[in-house]
Amino acid sequence: MGKGTIDVTDSVSGSILQADLTLDALEAEAIHIFREVAGEFDKPVILFSGGKDSTLLVHLAYKAFWPAPIPFPLLHVDTGHNFDEVIEFRDNLVDKLGARLVVAKVQDWIDDGRLTERPDGTRNPLQTVPLLDSITEGKFDAVFGGGRRDEERARAKERIFSLRNAFGQWDPRRQRPELWSLYNGRHRPGEHVRVFPLSNWTELDVWRYIDRENIELPSIYFAHRREVYQRDGMWLTSGPWGGPRENEPVTEMTVRYRTVGDGSCTGAVQSEASTVDEVITEVTASRLTERGATRADDRLSEAAMEDRKREGYF
Amino acid sequence: MSDLLRLATAGSVDDGKSTLVGRLLYDTKSVLADTLEAVHRASADRGLSTPDLSLLVDGLRAEREQGITIDVAYRYFATPNRSYVLADTPGHVQYTRNTVTGASTAQLAILLVDARKGVLEQTRRHAAVLALLGVPRLVLAVNKIDLVGFDKAVFDTISREFTEYVTGLGYTADALVIVPVSALHGDNVVERSEQTPWYTGPTLLEHLETVPVAPDPRDVPLRFPVQYVIRPRTPEHPDYRGYAGQVAAGVATPGDEVVVLPSGRRSRIERVDTADGPLGEATAGQSVTVLLADDIDISRGDVIAAADDQPKLVDELDATICWLAEKPLRAGARVLVKHGTRTVQAIVTELSGRFDEQNLSLVDGPEALSLNEIGRVVIRTSEQLPVDDYVASRRTGSFLVIDPADGGTLAAGLVGAPLPLRGGVPVQLSPGP
Repeated sequence: MGKGTIDVTDSVSGSILQADLTLDALEAEAIHIFREVAGEFDKPVILFSGGKDSTLLVHLAYKAFWPAPIPFPLLHVDTGHNFDEVIEFRDNLVDKLGARLVVAKVQDWIDDGRLTERPDGTRNPLQTVPLLDSITEGKFDAVFGGGRRDEERARAKERIFSLRNAFGQWDPRRQRPELWSLYNGRHRPGEHVRVFPLSNWTELDVWRYIDRENIELPSIYFAHRREVYQRDGMWLTSGPWGGPRENEPVTEMTVRYRTVGDGSCTGAVQSEASTVDEVITEVTASRLTERGATRADDRLSEAAMEDRKREGYF
Repeated sequence: MSDLLRLATAGSVDDGKSTLVGRLLYDTKSVLADTLEAVHRASADRGLSTPDLSLLVDGLRAEREQGITIDVAYRYFATPNRSYVLADTPGHVQYTRNTVTGASTAQLAILLVDARKGVLEQTRRHAAVLALLGVPRLVLAVNKIDLVGFDKAVFDTISREFTEYVTGLGYTADALVIVPVSALHGDNVVERSEQTPWYTGPTLLEHLETVPVAPDPRDVPLRFPVQYVIRPRTPEHPDYRGYAGQVAAGVATPGDEVVVLPSGRRSRIERVDTADGPLGEATAGQSVTVLLADDIDISRGDVIAAADDQPKLVDELDATICWLAEKPLRAGARVLVKHGTRTVQAIVTELSGRFDEQNLSLVDGPEALSLNEIGRVVIRTSEQLPVDDYVASRRTGSFLVIDPADGGTLAAGLVGAPLPLRGGVPVQLSPGP
């Protein structure tokens, strides 16, 4: 290893053969987890938003049970603040798999008064109630999520099988030690287990696997021209959630999304990465670039920041 | 051969473990830019001139303040050659529980000592637990070598003492590497130190980069616990019946004569299938679907094994357990045992010994086993289990002890007597002063 700088291109291309072995191991582990859940739980469900991590989950589930169909339904907690491309992608994939999709619309909860719209219009925090209601209603006892332990420090000690009480809460005192690959999914009535088959994947692993397996993603993950405006340091776009305020000028830029969530608070990043290969190079660079005081206006650091603003169900 | 290396760390409080792990993440450029900025800022706020790398991994601080369980945290870093999954185990509270968890999947463990303090009682305990759990390789990082003036004599003394100790635990010379490091300044972690010209071995990362990841042995008999039966019953696959699982040991090859346990029925592997197409063989760790030549009744919990070298079918487990629950274990306890893909009812009929960590010996007939204690037990199971000795196979020689009331995990179980406890009672693990 050289000191200081690492040549990004070389480190990516030079490690492709090795990386395949890492991906093999991560894939085998995820498939093992899916099958354990299928074997031990009555009613599992996969949280599926059409985003890249949940698309990866569905791909792995498909491989785990092939040639049989995936033995569980998909659940989408829909904020209503969607990107059209993502919903279209979601529906196509569901059709192709012949899967069953359950959609819990946050709007329904708002309409009947179980939830109240927030003053800032953001609906990400509103997803929790529809999710828990859907889990209770569907009697789901295992809920697959795409969470990864490398996402942030706080997640670093999350279990692969994470026990939740009837309120969906996580009780640290009842966290179970996870030994060998023996997962303990026992739970009492009303409790459920959140399962994270991608726990040991990094963002780079996810992209490399998407590349290797030719997994299709919604087009907004790749560079495209889009009208955006800036708010709280994020590049937002107009949609059903509203648009720019008076003092927020609109500009057209080449951007892509690193995550897909509630459109009102999911920022685009400036990027020219229009293929999976280019995204891998970008993701690698955003982790490896040495940053000092000039970092604040570095677009790659902005991308990294966005990574942590990931919004999801968990 | 895999390039994914699973690591565990262990060390006492204040050995600088957080700083070492932070240093590994930092020097391998595995830290997200914004995280790094936060650390720089926080360090500057504290009046430090260099970033405090321990802040990269101390996400658990708030947790500690709230007085809740401090847990194993997983870290990820990668170099162009290898990806690493690091189980970072806190050193103080519940050290056995955490070390056991981290060690259960580790291919290599990094143990830290403070060069000023040398090998402590806790260092020995950690090493003993790592040996019990069968972690194949050890690295001793002699940290804070700068604080003893990069003194070779100090390093040599610690090396000698530690080598002697772990040799007694069963580690051979080629399974152990000892590195003088300063996690704070980065000496010999990633970059070679100019302060230790007397040290000719690899830096910590150089060792991690080049240490052979022991491939799962091929010359051991096949063990394939069935997780799930795949029966599509679709127009394209009306009669498909495959047994899904992860190869636990050995190699599954079409044509192999196999036995299904516990039923004892025999058949032959017809095909090893995956969604990407059939395979010529599947080795340990691969998730596949096995199809047999004969139509026999197989369900989750069964084990498909090599016909000519079968696991023992037992309803009485002679085992070693690490007790991980608050309430102590007493003889007569009713529990569940999860072995492979089978969970059965069981009774702990006998507590035959407790591993005394003070004297590193085995004490006969203890009254009970408390949290974090390791003991020898006899467990009677309601159904027969096909088991191997843990020493022969980590995957098929391990089990969980589960509380039937609330489903909690009570203990980590190892079939038979692991290496440090071999040779009868009492076992003197320490070579003595």
